[in-house]
Amino acid sequence: MGLREPEEIQQQIVRETFHLVLKRDDNICNFLEGGSLIGGSDYKLIYRHYATLYFVFCVDSSESELGILDLIQVFVETLDKCFENVCELDLIFHMDKVHYILQEVVMGGMVLETNMNEIVAQMEAQNRLEKSEGGLSAAPARAVSAVKNINLPEIPRNINIGDLNIKVPNLSQFV
Amino acid sequence: MALKMVKGSIDRMFDKNLQDLVRGIRNHKEDEAKYISQCIDEIKQELKQDNIAVKANAVCKLTYLQMLGYDISWAAFNIIEVMSASKFTFKRIGYLAASQCFHEGTDVIMLTTNQIRKDLSSPSQYDTGVALTGLSCFVTPDLARDLANDIMTLMSHTKPYIRKKAVLIMYKVFLKYPESLRPAFPRLKEKLEDPDPGVQSAAVNVICELARRNPKNYLSLAPLFFKLMTSSTNNWVLIKIIKLFGALTPLEPRLGKKLIEPLTNLIHSTSAMSLLYECVNTVIAVLISLSSGMPNHSASIQLCVQKLRILIEDSDQNLKYLGLLAMSKILRTHPKSVQAHKDLVLQCLDDKDESIRLRALDLLYGMVSKKNLMEIVKKLMTHVDKAEGTTYRDELLTKIIDICSQSNYQHITNFEWYISILVELTRLEGTRHGHLIAAQMLDVAIRVKAIRKFAVSQMSALLDSAHLVASSTQRNGICEVLYAAAWICGEFSEHLQEPHQTLEAMLRPKVTTLPGHIQAVYVQNVVKLYASILQQKEQAAETEAAQEVTQLMVERLPQFVQSADLEVQERASCILQLVKHIQKLQAKDVPVAEEVSALFAGELNPVAPKAQKKVPVPEGLDLDAWINEPLSDSESEDEKPKAIFHDEEQRQAKPRQPEADEEELARRREARKQEQANNPFYIKSSPSPQKRYQDAPGVEHIPVVQIDLSVPLKVPGLPMSDQYVKLEEERRHRQRLEKDKRKKKKKEKGRPRRHSALHTESDEDIAPAQQVDIVTEEMPENALPSDEDDKDPNDPYRALDIDLDKPLADSEKLPVQKHRNAETSKSPEKEDVPVIEKKSKKPKKKEKKHKEKGREKGRKKEKKEKEEKGEEGKGEDLDFWLSTTPPPATAPAPALATAEPEVNAVISAPKEEREEPKREEQDEEEEVEEQDPEKKPSKHKKKKHRKEQEERSADRKKSKKKQPAGGGAAEPVENGSLDEEPLPPMSSYCLLAENSYIRMTYEVQGSLQEDSRVTVSIVLENQSSSFLKNMELNVLDSLNTKLARPEGSSVHDGVPVPFQLPPGISNEAQFVFTIQSIAMAQKLKGTLTFIAKNDEGSTHEKLDFKLHFSCTSYLITTPCYSDAFAKLLESGDLSMSSIKVDGISMSFQNLLAKICFHHHFSVVERVNSCASMYSRSIQGHHVCLLVKKGEKSVSVDGKCSDSTLLSNLLEEMRATLATC
Repeated sequence: MGLREPEEIQQQIVRETFHLVLKRDDNICNFLEGGSLIGGSDYKLIYRHYATLYFVFCVDSSESELGILDLIQVFVETLDKCFENVCELDLIFHMDKVHYILQEVVMGGMVLETNMNEIVAQMEAQNRLEKSEGGLSAAPARAVSAVKNINLPEIPRNINIGDLNIKVPNLSQFV
Repeated sequence: MALKMVKGSIDRMFDKNLQDLVRGIRNHKEDEAKYISQCIDEIKQELKQDNIAVKANAVCKLTYLQMLGYDISWAAFNIIEVMSASKFTFKRIGYLAASQCFHEGTDVIMLTTNQIRKDLSSPSQYDTGVALTGLSCFVTPDLARDLANDIMTLMSHTKPYIRKKAVLIMYKVFLKYPESLRPAFPRLKEKLEDPDPGVQSAAVNVICELARRNPKNYLSLAPLFFKLMTSSTNNWVLIKIIKLFGALTPLEPRLGKKLIEPLTNLIHSTSAMSLLYECVNTVIAVLISLSSGMPNHSASIQLCVQKLRILIEDSDQNLKYLGLLAMSKILRTHPKSVQAHKDLVLQCLDDKDESIRLRALDLLYGMVSKKNLMEIVKKLMTHVDKAEGTTYRDELLTKIIDICSQSNYQHITNFEWYISILVELTRLEGTRHGHLIAAQMLDVAIRVKAIRKFAVSQMSALLDSAHLVASSTQRNGICEVLYAAAWICGEFSEHLQEPHQTLEAMLRPKVTTLPGHIQAVYVQNVVKLYASILQQKEQAAETEAAQEVTQLMVERLPQFVQSADLEVQERASCILQLVKHIQKLQAKDVPVAEEVSALFAGELNPVAPKAQKKVPVPEGLDLDAWINEPLSDSESEDEKPKAIFHDEEQRQAKPRQPEADEEELARRREARKQEQANNPFYIKSSPSPQKRYQDAPGVEHIPVVQIDLSVPLKVPGLPMSDQYVKLEEERRHRQRLEKDKRKKKKKEKGRPRRHSALHTESDEDIAPAQQVDIVTEEMPENALPSDEDDKDPNDPYRALDIDLDKPLADSEKLPVQKHRNAETSKSPEKEDVPVIEKKSKKPKKKEKKHKEKGREKGRKKEKKEKEEKGEEGKGEDLDFWLSTTPPPATAPAPALATAEPEVNAVISAPKEEREEPKREEQDEEEEVEEQDPEKKPSKHKKKKHRKEQEERSADRKKSKKKQPAGGGAAEPVENGSLDEEPLPPMSSYCLLAENSYIRMTYEVQGSLQEDSRVTVSIVLENQSSSFLKNMELNVLDSLNTKLARPEGSSVHDGVPVPFQLPPGISNEAQFVFTIQSIAMAQKLKGTLTFIAKNDEGSTHEKLDFKLHFSCTSYLITTPCYSDAFAKLLESGDLSMSSIKVDGISMSFQNLLAKICFHHHFSVVERVNSCASMYSRSIQGHHVCLLVKKGEKSVSVDGKCSDSTLLSNLLEEMRATLATC
């Protein structure tokens, strides 16, 4: 979508999309016709469902429906590579990284890259660059963060991420 | 101080990072808002720190909070601070935050311009990349203008990573700053052939996006895309291109023909479902746009439909969905092939998936016919009953209405049935589409005069049971139908059986709970009703009864006078006074009915939508100027939800008439009668339906007439519309019998039939019980005919409808920050773009030169012509590519194609472009290299091919002449061509015939592929203000030359032209002719017949023509290289002939160009003023020429394997040269 919507509308879109998608069985099609909320009939919601997660793209008629399904697969596989066996919590705690990866796939609403190896390579290069700069929270801060964590008993330290692992099925490779 | 620092850094250690924040939020599920506001306070503290790392961390957290729906725009300035950090880590955080929260309204955004420019030119590619990514999300018109030049520079960056981002973001820049499109386009086009697949993909993406909105501007890129399509292996790119072709083919049917083969190949070869599906989609688009004169046309459609059926039957719901989607595209033009799969579509209506059901509904729309409409609607009605959830039910409702009302109720044979359906729909609970039903009721009642009586009876019943529908007073709710009901009962009150009862129903106290605009209609129509009752009573001399009615009005109207709605109140008080006055008159026994009825005399007709808009604003009238000084604001505009209201108002406004005084009305009525009298499509209506039925033989015992209208068909337990289905069946049966009887006489009394694209034969057999009487809507006088207003003036893409082939003007440059002298600017990165920019300067310079040198004034004219040529050249190039080049695998199509635009670009710049030729040549070489792999793989041939290609490209330049190619030693041809003056534009189309309606120009093209066949492309241009349709072209075949007709048609049948022509439109149709002997020129007589339709009616017209097949038209430009040429001459198999033409003033270069262009030759070699040329006929004759130029004469020696052909050719050439 071209226009940036105000926060309330963004939230409304997210909420409604979630509800729309949630009530759909797995065995029905992955396309949803555009409602007035997402810009009208030229737009579609195209989504994929992985374990507890839904990846929803909103696209206009210039995109190929099946192509976008493949692209979502590419995106998820990329996440899987960048996070090494991605799970739901990875995405929750590292939303910024997810954004950075997404920005390598889609830029300003247009598909930028569909080749997973290229995306991963660029991400790794940027991570290396970040590391060489010392990262956002340099060593001392990280140590403190560890201390803080110890002081906070309510932190769910033993999150069982096994079940939440996103299963990335081996679908037909797109590119 | 030091202590403070330490303290700061310790504090910092206890700052939360993003993970802490997320964790915290997850642990404060109960008081999340409180926790977050606490966090925001912390963040505000952190943002006050000097340490950039702290700030970055804070901004990072803010970004997350933004995602949760918190407004973070207050931190915009801090975000900019973080964006300008030197470390990539922070910069990236800053740009991410900016891309999430900046928008056009962000005021600090203008502070970013310089920072972004700095980042764009950063030595680190990731700084640049991050800036580009961020910018793509928040680019504003100002940023676009200021940074366009920097981004364009980046399009040629050494790193593909930057290039692809720069290319992609250009689309956003174009949208915000459309002026940048033309200067940047040449480079963008270059990037289509970038070695990096990512960059290429981005360029394709951008151009596809641009072309999707304004396809015609990108038609000239078709050859380039064609090449990409046949060479690319990137599915993503392929899909984009194929989709683009789908958008282009409707504009250029010949393109479609070229596409079919490679697309079919792809369909067979690809394993990617996505690609396959898009191919099928585009093939459909191609087949739709192709002329039906092509054989196996319907077979291909059938094939597509079959394939789609397989998709629809697939268990994968996605494929099912897409199959239905594609099917609906075929439906538009080939309803019959889809109709065969009605079973499948109906089956999909029961699918558990709503998306699929909706698609199936779409398909249904095009599948209805007179025959099956009732059946389908019945099925839909049962779905309406079953549907859970209002959304789907509302969708069903709109679809039922759409289906029934399409093309002026074309499929409805019985309007009583339709009204019953509408009435049944009013029982739907909670629908939002009450206004739709209302609009339909009004429309039908107004347009179908015969139905008014029935409609009125139904509507009065509806008003009577208003309490049932009035319960939901929500806007657009079902109570809207009361609006229609009240209006219909009032307007057509003469048809009411029990007017008094209806009047009472409309005056019930309960009415005041209805929305204001409905009450207003009630009030107005109560008077109409009252007027007609008065008249009745007075005629029957029941004065007492008349007074009673008046009394009733006087008693009940005050309830409306008290209404809070201004409109209702005003109307009610007005009318109350009127009625009171009448009461007084009645008391004196004065007859009043006549005068009261006169208030509502006259007929209301539907007014065309947008009628108001089409009236041009008279000169000197400023609609924006204040009439009175504006009041101070404060009041007004709170109550009405404007946007919604506006939309609805338009629909409802339709049947109303703009206010006009009595005189004007009378005048219009007169005019309308006149018009109707002349309009064969208009049924002169008689007052009662019965009468009309008697007029039409064979339908007099239609059951409709016998229905007792006061007791509408209401069988308990059975919805009434079902009754009609049965009745209709009976009626049709009877009709059929009737028809059989009459068959022998076959004297059909002109039943006017509305034009329809979808008529099926069996459909026509069914005569409707009622006709739509009023088809055309009223338009104000001097309304503009233009359809401009169909486009949304706010459409951002409209600004990008820019002609890209015109040379750039001086002013069209991207703004650059530095001060610089336009003449001296030669920054290295700009070198390849300005080719065109430079050219744009040329006209001025030239002008100067000319003046200085004091040459003939005639030059100026030439210059103008030159400029025009730029445009025309484009058309020619494309034509050339489309018509002459065979499919890519066997011929040099792509090579030709890609170079074409280049040629174009330089056409008008023959002079000062010294460096131009070099580049040109380079490009060409690159192309040749790229071409090679596509060619036959045999290696020893490769070299030969390349040589040929060089030759060819040389020829091409030749044929496009004005092409100053560099003087490589290997190409003597090009020597001395730099100073040539350009030719006036040439067109191979010549006039075929012309009358006041239509102008036909044509061109004949042979093809090497199909021996003895030529294609005649005829451009038909509608010169009249009529709509031309049913065009059919026929020729009198000779023994030698025959028109290829569709299979199964006789030699006397014409070939239909596959399109219709609205006024002022032209389109091209192609016809294939088979030819036995090509040695002689041929002339065929032919006729074009068509129907011209305008407001006055329609007439059959014809236009005779003579189609001239010159010998030249049998030649095909075929390159030949000099060795082969020499061998051919030496072989001695050729007979010789020659001509000489005197009085030639044209330069040799142009002369050759002319021969190349008009006679389909190519230059083999040129030395000084002597050139050898070659061409080949469609039957394989070699034709060799030696052209020599003397002082003022030209001699042409020709050799050819057929002497008759040769001499004829030379005679034709003489005619051409004589004009030089």
